[in-house]
Amino acid sequence: MSLPITGRRARRARRPRAAWAGWLFALPAVLMYATFVLRPLVLTVQYSFYDWNGIGASTWVGLDNYRRIFTDSELFATIVHAFELIVFFSFVPVLLGLFVAATIRGIATSRLAAVARTVLFLPQVIPLVAAGIMWSWLLSSTGLANELLSAVGLDRLTRAWLGDFGTALPAVGVIGAWVLVGLCTLLLLAGMSKIDPSLYEAARLDGAGPVREFFSITLPSLRQEIGVSVTVTVIAALASFDIVYIATQGGPGNSTMVPGLEIYYLAFSEREIGMASALAVALVLLVLAVVLPIQRLTRDGSR
Amino acid sequence: MAHGPTRRSLLATFTLATLFAGACSAPGDNSDSSAANASAAPVTSATCGTGPVTLKGYFETGFALPKSLSDEFTKQYPNVKWDIREDQFAVITQNAPRVLADDPPDLMRLPQVSELVKDGLLKNLDGYATAFGWDKWPASQLEQMRVSSTGQRGDGPLYAMGLNFSMTGIFYNKKMAAQIGMTKPPATLAEFDSLLQKAKDAGLTPINQFNGGATGGLAFPLQNLMSAYGEPGAINDWIFQKSGATIDTPASLQATQHLEKWLKAGYFAKDINSQDYATMMSRFIGGKNLFIFDGDWESGNLDKQMAGNVGFFLMPAQSAGGKQAAMSAPLTYGISSKAKNADCAAFFLNWVATNQQARDIAVKVGGSHPMGPADAYMPAVAEGTVTASTLAAGATIGKDNGAMDFIANATGAIYAKSWTPQLQKLAAGQQTPDALLKSVQKDYETQVKN
Repeated sequence: MSLPITGRRARRARRPRAAWAGWLFALPAVLMYATFVLRPLVLTVQYSFYDWNGIGASTWVGLDNYRRIFTDSELFATIVHAFELIVFFSFVPVLLGLFVAATIRGIATSRLAAVARTVLFLPQVIPLVAAGIMWSWLLSSTGLANELLSAVGLDRLTRAWLGDFGTALPAVGVIGAWVLVGLCTLLLLAGMSKIDPSLYEAARLDGAGPVREFFSITLPSLRQEIGVSVTVTVIAALASFDIVYIATQGGPGNSTMVPGLEIYYLAFSEREIGMASALAVALVLLVLAVVLPIQRLTRDGSR
Repeated sequence: MAHGPTRRSLLATFTLATLFAGACSAPGDNSDSSAANASAAPVTSATCGTGPVTLKGYFETGFALPKSLSDEFTKQYPNVKWDIREDQFAVITQNAPRVLADDPPDLMRLPQVSELVKDGLLKNLDGYATAFGWDKWPASQLEQMRVSSTGQRGDGPLYAMGLNFSMTGIFYNKKMAAQIGMTKPPATLAEFDSLLQKAKDAGLTPINQFNGGATGGLAFPLQNLMSAYGEPGAINDWIFQKSGATIDTPASLQATQHLEKWLKAGYFAKDINSQDYATMMSRFIGGKNLFIFDGDWESGNLDKQMAGNVGFFLMPAQSAGGKQAAMSAPLTYGISSKAKNADCAAFFLNWVATNQQARDIAVKVGGSHPMGPADAYMPAVAEGTVTASTLAAGATIGKDNGAMDFIANATGAIYAKSWTPQLQKLAAGQQTPDALLKSVQKDYETQVKN
């Protein structure tokens, strides 16, 4: 009887010091996090309730800035563009990634697999700004894309892809898909490598072909990896900034304007810090609202 | 065991509470800042003295003029050293308020000044203007940099100064012009129209103009057309935010319709909506098209790269001999209201306008007309150069009283928010001239109210 008591007392006496020592170790990180993440976050929420140009006097406007997001058709259009980008930034890379990963797994032993993996992952290594500049050359009116079209006699399809109202947003989407397909492939490939090979063996013994194998074994086993891929790419689409900024700067005529870019313009060229903050807060909430259900859906059912 | 979570949540609450406590006061400078706009004290002797001075400059990347001037200044006044930071104009525009408030330069390249003046960030230069006699110069040189207490530009105290003042118009490739039988600049707008058509018929690209991404370079031909159809004074009133001014006038509508006609006729390169400024310049210099709408800040550059093969003319009026107008603006530099060496910076600005070597540099390196008294020394420019043509055009504009500020400078956001997207839509055939002007005017009214 007495042993546990002394033990507990000893633990209780020791714990405060241990706990504070733990916080002490975490202090540098906590300070950084509080200064560069929490404080700006709180300030952004605070600014969003003001009409402020960043320098002079500020006026409390309550929820007016938020109301404007939904009533100003230009601001609302940016959010619609972000959702259109999800198709290119998320659906295309994940579907393509699944296909490519399954193919690479099939030839896993050959050197070609290693080469394919490297080539596909390369866009992740190249800085996005460089990728954006490279693509704006490829898609320009005298770029490779148009030269290829002309070479096969499709001259009437050639255009300045990033300067055309109808093609600018899809063109930006293609750049995003190119960047993200490698990431998705690698994630899915890693997931495939941990699937028990005996499952495939069993399926083959039961007479399943590669298509059946894919849908009955590979796909269900990759549930979590697909979840991660979709989450990461959806965030990249909704919070996109760099690719759009380099490729089109929101033009022509706002046809590629996305919330991230609009926030930047509002804050730094229109000097409406309050409005920019409100849109930023709305974007955070929007990302959470889209991503949390995806997380729930793809969470492993067995847990 | 209950200790852990409780303490953790206590700590979290504490952290959040401190964060909120720090954030609970309203952001920004809510003190009465009208003192900053008070009238400037008369300056009796603004010089750089004899002791060592380091002038802190914030200049625009890509233009050699300010650097050449500052080097020459140090040669003449060896006690003055420079600490220069450079950025692209777009970056300067975005940084201007913050830099002027937090890291005040003595001399800075400025975007449109009215909002900076409202926030009390710029030094009132009236004291220097009286001391140096700037108020005796042709008034039109300085009026764009005057801001009244109500925020209208055009009159009131002086808040900035130019290193020179630029002139815009149309540059053309002389060899290509000869191909279509153009031996001299067009005398009327109709003649210009027919030259464009001839160039098109000859299989040439008549005009390359930057209008892609965040740029709306069609504003150049548009404003030129506006002045051909209307009065530059009315356009200036709108730019200077005079009360009741509107851009949605019958003359503007005719001008925008004329621009639309040019677009529909295929006088512009097909890909203008993806052309940036550098692309336009490299194509024009590479002999890919006949005309560009641009300013004399390129004169020196073009004289070097297309020597003898480039000409310049002002937008022709509707009838031969009619009054001509052009966008003409000082290359604006200002002094932060918190600058440490304001006197020396003002002395430099006065030196730029009045010193003979400085005026030589303003023309030869900058390509534009120097600031200063009307009868001041003018450097000799070789005949037949485009620099000579742009300087001569400056004289025409002075005679016709046709200098206008740029419609993109009416408010801080009007270019990025309104002109650029609207003109890109017009170029793509997705906007009508009437709706374009109405939309710009609506944005303008909201922005002026703020």
